[in-house]
Amino acid sequence: MSRQSNRATDSKKMNSELFTLTYGALVTQLCKDYENDEEVNKQLDKMGYNIGVRLIEDFLARSSVGRCHDFRETADVIAKVAFKMYLGITPSVTNWSPAGDEFSLILESNPLVDFVELPDNHSNLVYSNLLCGVLRGALEMVQMAVDVRFAQDTLRGDNVTEIRMKFIKRIEENLPAGDE
Amino acid sequence: MDVLFSDMADDALFEFLHMEIVAHVYKEHATRDDIDKERVTCISTLEAMGFRVGQGLIERFTKDCPTFKDDLDIMKFLCKDFWSTIFKKQIDNLRTNHQGTYVLQDNKFALLTQFSSGKQYLEEAPKYLAFSCGLIRGALSNLGLESVVTAEVSLMPSCKFMPFI
Repeated sequence: MSRQSNRATDSKKMNSELFTLTYGALVTQLCKDYENDEEVNKQLDKMGYNIGVRLIEDFLARSSVGRCHDFRETADVIAKVAFKMYLGITPSVTNWSPAGDEFSLILESNPLVDFVELPDNHSNLVYSNLLCGVLRGALEMVQMAVDVRFAQDTLRGDNVTEIRMKFIKRIEENLPAGDE
Repeated sequence: MDVLFSDMADDALFEFLHMEIVAHVYKEHATRDDIDKERVTCISTLEAMGFRVGQGLIERFTKDCPTFKDDLDIMKFLCKDFWSTIFKKQIDNLRTNHQGTYVLQDNKFALLTQFSSGKQYLEEAPKYLAFSCGLIRGALSNLGLESVVTAEVSLMPSCKFMPFI
């Protein structure tokens, strides 16, 4: 392998590692600041929300994706465009509820948890909870109120990481947004 | 502008995360009445986070790289390879007094571009540089150099990082 290609792969790897390592440092800091896992989970969700409400603009500017007509389209855009763009992975969209208002994103690999192991005293920590907040915040800015949670987590022993997303309601544009 | 790395925008994600981390750290410590003490605590918390990340990055990055001739060689690596991988550009200017002091100048620092250029918000700038100072200190530490890193801004988004070995 030429030195050139080594550099290129190294660069790309190091890029995602910057985010992963920074995220790890954040979670570590939060665990120090707060006494219990539930609080840390809440903080991660809140921070994710704050990021999400701004990230959506960045996403719309970069992707030139038009308005989604239904929840199914939204799901596809999230999985195939957004996740790919920001995290370099494409989760699969499955487990649709009969009413079509709930689905799962299955992540075979979760870049946030590279090199991470949960110590025993943090069994209730939802390490990647920031993602839930990001999704919730971003969708709220496009008039969708959703509930997002982790149904499965490789860090807690499951085979895959599963994010469950449920559509709650359409947000009318003239109502004040957000609950934060 | 992001033609370098196909469709990926992971640098944007890092920038958003960094902004939120800074906001969070300052919110957490905002209850203290002593402004100076609060600032020191916040800055050092951010710096410490950057330090750990800098160490981690170097661990992964230089596995296949040859060893460095001297300190200057290390600084050049930091300015070229390290900086461009993380911030998508190289350091614009490297100066040294050959006695352990270095000045790394970045004329368009990625984490400051969100602010309007000029002198507005100059007071806010140190908050957004602390993490990166730690990043440099951590990287140097894993490359065998202990240092103290400070930063200076006079005109956004240009700034200078000053490792003192």
